[in-house]
Order: sequence, then C-alpha cells, then structure tokens
Amino acid sequence: MNARRAEAWLWVAQRGTAVLLAFFVLVHLATIIYAARAGLSAAAILARVHSNLAWPAFYSIFVLAAAVHGAIGLRTVAAEWLGWRGRGADAAAAAIALALAATGWRAVVAVSL
Amino acid sequence: METLKVEVWRGGEDGKFQAFEVPRRASQTVLDVVTHIQRFLDPTLAYRFACRVGMCGSCAMTVNGKPRWTCRTHVDGVARDGELRLAPLANLPVVRDLVADMREFFDKWARARGRFVPTATRKDDFARVDPRSKARREADAAIECIGCGVCYAACDVVKWNPDYLGPAALNRAWTLQMDARDAGHAGRLAAVAGDAGCHSCHTMMSCTERCPKQLSPTRSIAGLKRASLAALLAGEVEAP
Repeated sequence: MNARRAEAWLWVAQRGTAVLLAFFVLVHLATIIYAARAGLSAAAILARVHSNLAWPAFYSIFVLAAAVHGAIGLRTVAAEWLGWRGRGADAAAAAIALALAATGWRAVVAVSL
Repeated sequence: METLKVEVWRGGEDGKFQAFEVPRRASQTVLDVVTHIQRFLDPTLAYRFACRVGMCGSCAMTVNGKPRWTCRTHVDGVARDGELRLAPLANLPVVRDLVADMREFFDKWARARGRFVPTATRKDDFARVDPRSKARREADAAIECIGCGVCYAACDVVKWNPDYLGPAALNRAWTLQMDARDAGHAGRLAAVAGDAGCHSCHTMMSCTERCPKQLSPTRSIAGLKRASLAALLAGEVEAP
C-alpha cells in the first residue's frame, strides 16, 4: 500500500471512529449520570454489568474506537506541532494505540468477568 | 495634514520594519499607501501590483497581521489608531521587502494537477455542459480564484506541514474534478489525497474567512475528501 493510500485510510479510520465515539460517549455519559442519580452502589453496578453481555461488548468497541482515534490524533499533533514524522512517529502512535487498547480491554475484562 | 503611521517590512527573511509617515487621503487603499512610499519617500521599496482593481491577484500582503489584497483594501477598514503594519505574505519565502516568492505556491498547483486534461480536439463540436447540473454548479462556486495566495498565507496547516498543497491548489483541483470535459480525474484525485493533500485539512476555514473573492476552499476540499473516500472504497486511489 502506498503512503497516500495509507494516509487516506488513516483519515477514514479517524472520521469513522469519531462518529462511533460521538455515540459511545453519549451513552457512557448517560449511564454515569443515571448510576449517580439512582444512587447505585459499586456492588449493584457490578451485578448489572455481570448479568448482561451487552456491556462488555459495548465497552470493548468503545475502547477500540478510542485507542484508534486517540493514536491517529496524537500522530497528527506530533507531525504538525512537533515536526515529528516518519517511522519513529508511526511506531510511537501504534504503541500508544496498543497500550490504550490493552489497558482498556483489561479494565473491561476485570469488571465483566 | 492628517498622516498615517506605516511600518513596512524591509529586507529579506532577517529584515526589519521601517516606519514612514504617509498623507491620509479619502478612499485611500493600502496599495495607494505603498505606492506613495515608493514614489515619494523611498524608491528602493520592492512590492508587486498590476491591475489595481482586484483581478490579477499580485498585490496581496500581510496588513496588520492578516493577509489581504491591498488594491481593494481601504485604509479606513484596517488601520488601527492611524497605524498600518505591512509585511510580505506569510508561509512563503521573502524575496525582498513586500515581495514574497510565489514559486512554491504555484508549483503546488502543478503538483495538485491543476491543469485541464482535454478530451476533445479542434474537430469536435463545443462541449455542452448543462449550467444547472450539480457538477457545473460546484465548479461555478469555486472557479473565480485569482491566485493571490491570501488563503495560502492564512492557512495554519501550510505553516505546520510545508508539503501541504494548500487551499488554492486544492480548490483548483476540485473545479477540474467537477469539469465534465476533463480526463484527468483519477490521477488528480490520487495527487490530492493523503498527508500533503485534502486529508490534512482541519476545516479551520481561515482560507474561507480571508478569501477576497468570497470563495470557500474549505467547501472544495470537503468535496475532494468525499470524492477520494468514494475512490478509496472502490480501490481506485493509486500512486499518481
């Protein structure tokens, strides 16, 4: 794949994950507000999360979208504001994406299973 | 007589501002001010102009921090407390005084394939393009660019990424993509994709804000993004 196509695909991934995140963040915020208003305890929240596979599924995709979106954005910030481009910057962005996904999924597994 | 305090950039990249006092006149343009300085105060001042009526696109400068066409910018509208500060266009090398080196700006038009690729010969009849067609209306909205470089000087992405083709070149590419007679669509779309092209635009709209012809390069770039997305999904964005 040539560099131009790769950049264009990264752009698609960035915009696509942005659309996903708009939805996921809204649901996430609404859930937090509901849990806080309803006065749910940590144990009650965990019980509900355990009982339904939709929650880990929702947050697994959320984590992936955030990891991809954040890493591509940081790569652009590095290029435009720090002048850091090329393989080193690409590797750093990939490492950040993997680290975000790994820590995020670890948290999802920890509260779901 | 009322006067205007004018600071003018002198020298190359490492030059400095020089102060002049210029008589204030009714309906005075910034270009009138520069011309007064060159004719009556310092004949060594270098600057560019040609038509004086907003057609040629050669007199653009930085006026009080913003890129503008100086021939149609009235002093009334831009002077702050009777003061003007004039510099060459930003994001371009300085040749001398108020003259910026436009080579890179126009080379990028070529890199964006801003050249019409004909499909007909002189033996063919005139092409018939419906003025109400969507493509023709898109081209119409973007076609009046005079190549002044104001959008290029206003663009932060150009400043951050020196390879970025810039609003004017991408706007030109879009008008050709919307030209039914042009045969260069696929290659041009590849040329304007990626890091140096339309996908680097952050939609900050400084180009649209500053364009003296009230064009919207932002809109044209958005069109290129849509078109290249469609081509990408169809597997058609190849190396130019």
